[in-house]
Amino acid sequence: MGTTRRLGIIAGHGTLDAAYPPLILATSAAALDMEAAIFFTFYGLEIIKKGQADKLQVAPIGNPAMPVSVPNIVGMLPGMTAMATRMMNGWMEKANVAKISELLEMAQMAEVRLIACQMTMDVMGIKKEDLMDGVEIGGATTFLAYVGEDAISLSF
Amino acid sequence: MSVTADEVLDCSGLACPMPILKTKKAIDALEPGKILKMIATDAGSQSDIDAWTNRTGHVLVDSEVSGDKFIFFIQKKA
Repeated sequence: MGTTRRLGIIAGHGTLDAAYPPLILATSAAALDMEAAIFFTFYGLEIIKKGQADKLQVAPIGNPAMPVSVPNIVGMLPGMTAMATRMMNGWMEKANVAKISELLEMAQMAEVRLIACQMTMDVMGIKKEDLMDGVEIGGATTFLAYVGEDAISLSF
Repeated sequence: MSVTADEVLDCSGLACPMPILKTKKAIDALEPGKILKMIATDAGSQSDIDAWTNRTGHVLVDSEVSGDKFIFFIQKKA
């Protein structure tokens, strides 16, 4: 058919909002009968830490696009990140958006490869046992070899 | 045109990407040629179901809008 059969995504951020696109795209790719892999690096590793998926946060500071605008000088106050996170989780729930933990489960059921970046695990002192079961460990070459075979590749 | 569904999947209230993930699962469980009726309230599902059927080869035999619901009849490819 001449269509791309593979999707490789780099997840480099560990905030609540940044965790969604990689998981939504990878699970949707699987639904399209494509292969998909997500390479978690730096703060993105937070998404696949055991028990962490639904504790991801979003900070109002330096984020002018928050639906409720928060001036930076207010956003820096203690408790503001927790408050913004509660608000965003509330909006997500109201819109019936799946939780990050649910999307991770769907991804694993759909055989999306979840690859943790070894180098950044070492940098950040994260061990394999800190990560969810079923996560692979790999390096840049693992990702490049995967997307090197006619894949769409995205980074978040 | 009236289409008889062999299976019904209600995705009302669910947001992207759940309707597609559930539709894929439901279609996988069907015999080829059988028809799945999928109901969604996510407006994006109109475009998504189009794209999904085009890409996977399953056939969107009919669709309708009823109130806030989008209803799709999808036939599993042979």
